[in-house]
Amino acid sequence: MISAGIDIGSRSIEIAVLENGTILETRKSDTGFDPIGQAGKLLHDLKFDSIMATGYGRTLFEIEQDAPTVTEIKAHARGALYFFPEARTVLDIGGQDSKVISMDPSGKVSRFEMNDRCAAGTGKFLEIMATALGFSIDTLGDEAMEAEKDLIINSMCTVFAESEVTSLMARGENPREIAKGLHMAVVKRAASMLRRVSAEGPVVFTGGVANNPCIARLLAREIKREIWIPDNPEMNGAVGAALIAAENCTFH
Amino acid sequence: MKEELLKKLQQITEQNLLDIEAHKEKGNHAIGFYCLYAPTELAVAADAIPLPLCGTRQAPIEAAEEVLPRNLCPLIKSSYGFAATDTCPFFKFSDIIVADTTCDGKKKMFEIMNDIKPVHVLQLPQNQDTLISLPPWKAEIEKLITVLEKRTDRPITTEKIKNAISLMNRERRAKKRLMDVTKAKPSPLTGMELVEILFKTGFFADKEKGIDLMNEISDLCHKLIEGRESPYTDKTPRILMTGVPVGLGSDKVVKVIEQCGANVVAFENCSGYKQTFQVDETKDPIMALAEQYLSIPCSVMSPNQGRMDMLKEMITEFSVDGVVDLTWQACHTYNIESFHVSKLVQDTFGLPFLHLETDYSESDTEQLRVRIQAFLEMI
Ligand code: SF4
Ligand code: SF4
Repeated sequence: MISAGIDIGSRSIEIAVLENGTILETRKSDTGFDPIGQAGKLLHDLKFDSIMATGYGRTLFEIEQDAPTVTEIKAHARGALYFFPEARTVLDIGGQDSKVISMDPSGKVSRFEMNDRCAAGTGKFLEIMATALGFSIDTLGDEAMEAEKDLIINSMCTVFAESEVTSLMARGENPREIAKGLHMAVVKRAASMLRRVSAEGPVVFTGGVANNPCIARLLAREIKREIWIPDNPEMNGAVGAALIAAENCTFH
Repeated sequence: MKEELLKKLQQITEQNLLDIEAHKEKGNHAIGFYCLYAPTELAVAADAIPLPLCGTRQAPIEAAEEVLPRNLCPLIKSSYGFAATDTCPFFKFSDIIVADTTCDGKKKMFEIMNDIKPVHVLQLPQNQDTLISLPPWKAEIEKLITVLEKRTDRPITTEKIKNAISLMNRERRAKKRLMDVTKAKPSPLTGMELVEILFKTGFFADKEKGIDLMNEISDLCHKLIEGRESPYTDKTPRILMTGVPVGLGSDKVVKVIEQCGANVVAFENCSGYKQTFQVDETKDPIMALAEQYLSIPCSVMSPNQGRMDMLKEMITEFSVDGVVDLTWQACHTYNIESFHVSKLVQDTFGLPFLHLETDYSESDTEQLRVRIQAFLEMI
């Protein structure tokens, strides 16, 4: 049977279509101002037997399409287990939120923590800082890895960090070093969330920010744990939702 | 049938303001209380109506923020806001306010509230050691007696205190009996209904009316239990809510939990199960009051082992599937205490635990919903 998962985030929408545990297709677009319209466009020519929605737009989708939903917590736990069957801990840093999930050996969520109230420590934070530094978001991580010395950024709040960056630039600091300092700020935040929720073992790192090589490297160094990143880290929630859709189906 | 009783509750609530007015017109008094620590028995012993004043609504908070800092617990801001805007009829009726030095925010707020209406503040010890804390606390209660005697112009005799204790014990027994009906699986009441009943009966001018009504509701619930009538099934997740007080207007977390398909069966907080104690009727009444009220397990006490004991008992007795610990924003004592509560729930009982920090506004409902749904998925 073919099942689909749709992850409607505040910044982007991802869709994954799976057949018997194999990913057939994935799709992605920006959420824009009309999440349901965008979701419809992405879905319109796809064929599947069942679908499950997750992400902050899941309830809207549930109403519009009469589809079942699952929280992004459970979806990410399930997705991580698909890519790494040994996984017990997930760190997801998306466009506008971050979360840490710890699960028991059966994949059941046992603890989680979520930050979705402010942009601090999320993809949005890095995007705004890239603009302030004059880098492209796609190369920000590579630039930061070129830094020669460590520079500490004190502000976690996006607004304050932006003005801290401006004053560091005015002082003539190297933008790459500032960039590295900003990455470190994101990593510290993620690390303290990780320590609270899960004490040890490898960490599956998902979400768009997992594509940033500098974050992954600094994080491994900071928490001294293995970091596992799936090929398409932003698809993790959608894949998890598709798997749950398949598992929930009674006719298989 | 349940609807009829809830209608009756509403009728008495509407009639209640007139009852208080009538009582006052006869030359009697009303006394406003914040927190659980001050013995309401003493008001009753002075023929006065005790009125619980803790603010549970968002509306007056904006006005409060003209005077108080924004990053303060909403309960404190709401309480002050009602007083400052003169929009709470119960505050208006109160001839004097009795408060205690519980948390920092509250006690400093009372200093400002005193400009609006006289607030008598009891110095509450922050520890329940009977040797060290009981004597000064008993002295505070004795002082309160003189203050109330003077304000109401009624002698508060030992006899009257004894009668008041036995009346309030009866009220607390009725309340406990009501709160215990949700031990049944599935429960005949929703958490929202329980919040509404506890909240509204709290203001009743006529204690007997309140006791009768609570007993009537409990009787009905026992019939419903026998007939296995319930809004829920055996599979409905049963949630215990602990932490800060919850009333009408500050019940959004209860609402979301129940919208997500679970049932809040018990409240370990000062609007719920913390009110179920009994004052010893065999002892010297003032001593008995002092002892019993000092032992209330609010997070302002350090240490606060009593709360852990109460939680242990309730988790088992109410057969709960998970615990939600609610903290009002900027409430340090409950926020920090959550660490030990989480350990107890997760490590000792192996149950899912969710700590939520929020305020009275509706702005974060969706963020709460996703956490609550994820928490329920863990059950
Ligand atoms: S929780 Fe403690 S401080 Fe807060 S209202 Fe209740 S008794 Fe007072
Ligand atoms: S909820 Fe916390 S901060 Fe607010 S009044 Fe009660 S103890 Fe104080």
